[in-house]
Amino acid sequence: MANTHADKPVDNGVNVEALFGAQAALKEAPEAAKFKWRSTVEWINGTHSRSTIEGFYGLGAEQKHKKAFTFDADHPEIFAAQDAAATPVEIVLAGLASCLTAGVAAVAQARKVQLRSVSATLEAGMDVRGILGMDEDVRNGFDGIKVTYKIDADASPEDIKAIVAQSQKRSAVYDIITNPTNVTVEVA
Amino acid sequence: MRTTAVVIGAGQSGLAMSWCLAERSIDHVVLERGEVAHTWRTERWDSFTLLTPNWQSRLPGHGYEGDDPDGFRSTGETIAFLERYATLVSPPLRTHCPVVSVRRAGDGYRIVTEQGTWDCKAVVLATGAFNIAQVPKVAAEIPSGIAQLTTAQYRNPQSLEPGGVMVVGAAASGAQIADEVQRSGRPVTLAVGEHVRAPRTYRGRDIQWWMDATGLNDERYDQVENLRRARALSSFQIAGHADRRDVDLNALTSLGVALIGRLAAVRDGKAQFSGSLRNLCELADLKQNRLLNTIDEWAATHGVSDAVDRPHRPEPTRVEASPPLGLDFGRAGIRTIVWATGFRPDYSWLDIPVLDAKGNIRHEGGVVTEAPGLYVMGLPFLRRRKSTLMDGAGDDARDLSAHLASHLATCGARN
Repeated sequence: MANTHADKPVDNGVNVEALFGAQAALKEAPEAAKFKWRSTVEWINGTHSRSTIEGFYGLGAEQKHKKAFTFDADHPEIFAAQDAAATPVEIVLAGLASCLTAGVAAVAQARKVQLRSVSATLEAGMDVRGILGMDEDVRNGFDGIKVTYKIDADASPEDIKAIVAQSQKRSAVYDIITNPTNVTVEVA
Repeated sequence: MRTTAVVIGAGQSGLAMSWCLAERSIDHVVLERGEVAHTWRTERWDSFTLLTPNWQSRLPGHGYEGDDPDGFRSTGETIAFLERYATLVSPPLRTHCPVVSVRRAGDGYRIVTEQGTWDCKAVVLATGAFNIAQVPKVAAEIPSGIAQLTTAQYRNPQSLEPGGVMVVGAAASGAQIADEVQRSGRPVTLAVGEHVRAPRTYRGRDIQWWMDATGLNDERYDQVENLRRARALSSFQIAGHADRRDVDLNALTSLGVALIGRLAAVRDGKAQFSGSLRNLCELADLKQNRLLNTIDEWAATHGVSDAVDRPHRPEPTRVEASPPLGLDFGRAGIRTIVWATGFRPDYSWLDIPVLDAKGNIRHEGGVVTEAPGLYVMGLPFLRRRKSTLMDGAGDDARDLSAHLASHLATCGARN
């Protein structure tokens, strides 16, 4: 892979050695690789709710983030809501964007490519007649997602494309969105 | 019975190993469950050809002698070629001798077969990588009215019911079957997972000529950057047709084949496909171009550029803007599914704990280090990129027979 500044160590802020170390450790103890991600949500009012994310399970034990993170969600005023926060579908886009971008940094680091700037815009189409129950042939979700990256890095355009393609290949959220997942919703 | 080494399997690997052992005067026997080239006789579709040109079958003491060095052998020609090699090697061969078990016995091994038991100091597993057709779990959810067959069971388009055919998998086998089934008038839907795109010819030379000339086929397992990945890669998406036509996704869509994403699930009798088709095609295009760049650089530095055609880049894979994500088998008229989803080796008779959690044998370039004296051949990237090719059996046999001889010397078992 291209590294035009071979004399200067590539640093995208990703500890690739630690990730490779984790790969080696998990090869010996595959049970430790089984994670559970968790989120809780409280209804506030109308379409406004607040999710809190703090604990998760992994490496064979309960784990905790440094602090609890909260994410509000609501709907815009044109849906007769208060617009107290972004809509859930926009948060899905944010999740995809963050996952792919983290992947770009990690893959670039592994391939010894120095990144200078990475940005992306995401756009997803949706026909809201689906969620409004107006037409059974229209799905509720996105009819497609378009992600457009702008990347400035010490690499050829082909190598940058390859980094972005590899990031998709290894992205959890990309997989969650592109493949079916069983969802079980119960009332306790 | 007692011998020094037992070779299991009489395909190209087992025969090449027998040749090398004989050269070293190592007493051995070759056990074959059926006839020489058994897999070639029983598990290949009618139009099957080798993916490497005729000249590229350089075995120890044998090579191509015909007048079509750039052609591709049919199954029958491959069997005949290996039969001629077997005559030449004239190994101590037991045919129709299926192995029941291989286990340790003292500092050696005991091989139990349907024709008796052998005790030996070294064992070479040359049974190949393509024993059991793999079918994904989702096959169990396919509606019962739809015929399902693997590439080992598929024979020709005419033996399929009229109507639509879904081919799952777009490596060499899936692409070739999609090509001939579509040409038979049965509309093909091809579910595309990860694949390795390559042109049949590049700059006027066969892709395998380039792989050989550049040394890529000789790249060793201890030189390659990511061995686990290299061993998991599927075959080049190519065919061995006389017209040297490509069977890449663009060639197939030009015939009318419909591309869809990886088959992800079947729910309520309907198939669901991954939305990752575009990225998988992009990955394959980028990887192909890296290969062609390597070839061009090699041609330039080795003074070959002027002797061959000018460089070009194949058209990027055409993927429709929104490939379908679901399919109702009935409404789409799918009558048959062909699973072109790969093979795995069968070690059900191997009673030595050297398999990993996925059932693959743990080895260092064919040397099973956990069981001294045990060797394996013919697996993807075993010792070199060419290890599964007819052309690769020789070098691996030479290396491993040398290792085997030194093993015998250390355990004092010679003669």
